[in-house]
Amino acid sequence: MNSEKHEQNLLARFMGIPEIGGPQRYAIIRRTFIVLMLLITVLPLLLMTVINYHQYRTVIKDEIMTPQKSLVNKTKHSFEVFLANRLATVRFISSAYSYNDLADEKKLNRVFQVLKREFQGFVDLGLINSSGIQVSYVGPYDLKGKSYADQEWFEQVKVNGVYVSDVFMGYRRFPHLVIAVQHYSDSGEFWVVRATIETRSIDQLIAAMGLDPQSDAFFLNQNGTFQTTSKFYGKVLDSCSECVPPVSHEPAVIEWKDPQGKEVLLTYAYLTRPEFILVLAKPKAEVLKVWYALRGDLLLVFVISVGIIVVVVLRLTRVLVDRIQLSDEKRELAYREMQHSHKLSSIGRLAAGVAHEINNPMAIINEKAGLMKDIIELRPDFPEKPKFLGLVQSITQSVDRCRTITHRLLGFARRMEVEIEVLDVNDVVKETAGFLEKEALHRNIGLTLLLAPDLPRIASDRGQLQQVFLNILNNAFAAVKDGGLVSITTWEKDLDAIGVTFQDNGIGMSEETMKHIFEPFFTTKKNSGTGLGMSITYGIIKKLGGDIDIQSKPGEGTRLVVFLPKKPKEQTRELG
Amino acid sequence: MKTWKVLLVDDEVEFVSTLAERLGLRDLHVDVANSGEQALSQIEADPPSVVVLDVMMPGMSGFAVLERIKSMHPDIEVILLTGMGAANEGMAGLRQGAFDYLVKPLDLEELIQKIGEAMKKSAGRTRKHDGQ
Repeated sequence: MNSEKHEQNLLARFMGIPEIGGPQRYAIIRRTFIVLMLLITVLPLLLMTVINYHQYRTVIKDEIMTPQKSLVNKTKHSFEVFLANRLATVRFISSAYSYNDLADEKKLNRVFQVLKREFQGFVDLGLINSSGIQVSYVGPYDLKGKSYADQEWFEQVKVNGVYVSDVFMGYRRFPHLVIAVQHYSDSGEFWVVRATIETRSIDQLIAAMGLDPQSDAFFLNQNGTFQTTSKFYGKVLDSCSECVPPVSHEPAVIEWKDPQGKEVLLTYAYLTRPEFILVLAKPKAEVLKVWYALRGDLLLVFVISVGIIVVVVLRLTRVLVDRIQLSDEKRELAYREMQHSHKLSSIGRLAAGVAHEINNPMAIINEKAGLMKDIIELRPDFPEKPKFLGLVQSITQSVDRCRTITHRLLGFARRMEVEIEVLDVNDVVKETAGFLEKEALHRNIGLTLLLAPDLPRIASDRGQLQQVFLNILNNAFAAVKDGGLVSITTWEKDLDAIGVTFQDNGIGMSEETMKHIFEPFFTTKKNSGTGLGMSITYGIIKKLGGDIDIQSKPGEGTRLVVFLPKKPKEQTRELG
Repeated sequence: MKTWKVLLVDDEVEFVSTLAERLGLRDLHVDVANSGEQALSQIEADPPSVVVLDVMMPGMSGFAVLERIKSMHPDIEVILLTGMGAANEGMAGLRQGAFDYLVKPLDLEELIQKIGEAMKKSAGRTRKHDGQ
C-alpha cells in the first residue's frame, strides 16, 4: 500500500500535479496531460519529418544534379573534341607541308579552300616564320608581312607548341578565336601555322544541349568575359566577373543569385585549353520543382498529422480529466456522506442509550404517581382529594411528554438501521414535521401539511426519507422569517412515482446559489452550516431512485419537489 | 388447588414494589423478584400462572429467564417489559414463546388486561391438563 502510494506521489510530482483540491488541480492535470501527450506524439513525428526531409533532399538533389553535371561534362567534352579536331588539322597542315609550300600563297590558298570545305568555321590561314613575321596569309585581312615577334601569343606558342586564343570580335563583327601550332623541321628550324575559327560552331554545341527556355548555357574565360552569348547575362565579350564560379576540377554545382536577384543553380566545368569555363544556369525553382512539391507534401502531411493529434489529444484529455474530476467528486462525496452518517449513527446510539436510561426512572415516577392516585381514590375521606388528584395527573402528563421525547430519540436512532420497507410517506412527513413543531410554535411559523388521503404506499427507506425531509424542512425554516409560511404537500405524480412538495415564502435563492446547491461544502449559512445537507439529501434521493426539482427566486421563496419511485430500482437494494 | 398468582421480575426495586402494590390494590396476588436468578428459584418453590418480566436486567437477562421458564414450565405465561422503541426485542420475545410484550413506562390498565388474558390462556391449558 505504502509503496503504491509512494509511486503515485512520485508520478504526481513528476507530472507537476499538486495535492491541492479545487478546479485549479484539474486545470494543472489537464495542462500537464496535454503537454505530455503532445510531446510524446509530436516529437517523434517531428523527428521523422526532419530526418525524411534531409534524406529526401540529399537523394533528390543528387538525382537532379547528376544529369546536369553529365550534360555539362558532355558538352565540355564535345568542345574539347571540336577544338582538338581543329588543332589536329592545323598541326597536320604544318607537318604535311614544307615551309616553302606554305609560304607560297597559291598553295596555301588551295589548302585553305580544302580546309574550309571539309571543316566548318575556318576563316583564315597563315604561316609565320621563327622571327614572328607573317610570311603568307589567306583570308579577309591583309596581314602579310605583319610581325608578331613581341606579341604574347607568339611567346606562348614558342613555349607550349600550341596556342588557343580567347574569343575576340573579328572580321564582319563575328566572334572568332585563334589557334596556332608550332612545327620544327628536321633541320631544327620552326614555323608557326595560325588559323582563325568562327565561334558559331561553339554556339551549335550549346544549342545541342537542348535547354529549356528558362535555362542558359555559355562559355566564360577566367576573367569573366563571355566567350559565347548568354541568353540572360550578356553578349559575347561582355564582362561578368561575378559570373565566374569557384575553381573546380570536376563538374560542380553552386547556388547563385544572379544580377536580377533570381535564385539560380550553376552547373559548371573548367576546361584546360583554352582556359574556359562552361556554365549551365538553371533557375533553382525550376530545377528543384520536384523537391519543392515533395517538401510541400511532407509539410502538409506533418501539419495535418499534428492538427489531428492536437484535436485528439485535447478531446481525449478533456474526457479523461472530466472523468477523473467526476470520480474524485463522487469519492469525496461518498467519503463525506460516510463521515456524516457515522456521526449520525453515534449520535443515534447515544440517543438510544439516553432514552433507555431515562425510561427506567420515568417508569418508577409513573408507578409511584399511579400508586398515589390509587390510594387517593380508594380513600373516600382523603383531604383535598381533587387537588391531589390534579397534582398526580400533571405528574403522569409530564411522564407522557417524556415518553414522547424518548420515542423520538429512539426513532432517530432507529433511522440508522437502513432497510427498504413498504411505508406511507404521509406518516413519514407527519413524523418529521413533528420534530419542528416546537420551533414552528416559538417562531410563529405556519407549518401546513396538505397530505393526499389516498397516497399510495411506496417501498423506500423510512430513516433516509426522514433525514431528507428533515434537511429540506430545516433549510425552509432557516429561509423564512418569524411568522413565515412553510407547507408540505404530498401527491401522486404518475403510475410510478409520488411527489412531495415543500413550499416556503422565505428569502429564496439566487440563480448562482441554485447552481451550486447540491455541491458538497456549498453553504450560505456562513458560520453554522457544513454545506453537506443538500448534497447528502440529493445523494439519498438519487440512491432511492428518486429525483429533486427546485424553483426559487430571491425574496419570493422556494419550491422544492422530491419525486420518489413507488418501487425502488434494483441498485437501491444495495443501499446501506 | 393452584393459586392465581403473578410474579413481577425487575431489577428496579422501587418500580417493581410500587407496581406490585398497585396490582395488589386491584386484588391480584403478586410476588416480586429483583433478579432473574431470584425469579427462577421462586418459580421452583411456588410456580405462578403469569410472569411479568423485564428484558433489561443486569446478570441474567430477561430472555435467558424466559427460555428457562418455558423449558421448565411451559404452562406459565410470560409478559415481557421492553424499553421504548425496541420493537425487535418484543418480537424476539414472542418468537421465544412470550405471551406478549409491553413497553415501559407502563399503562397499568393495559398491563392488567394482558395479565387477565394470559391467566385465561394459562387456566384453559391447565384445565386441559387436568381433564386428561
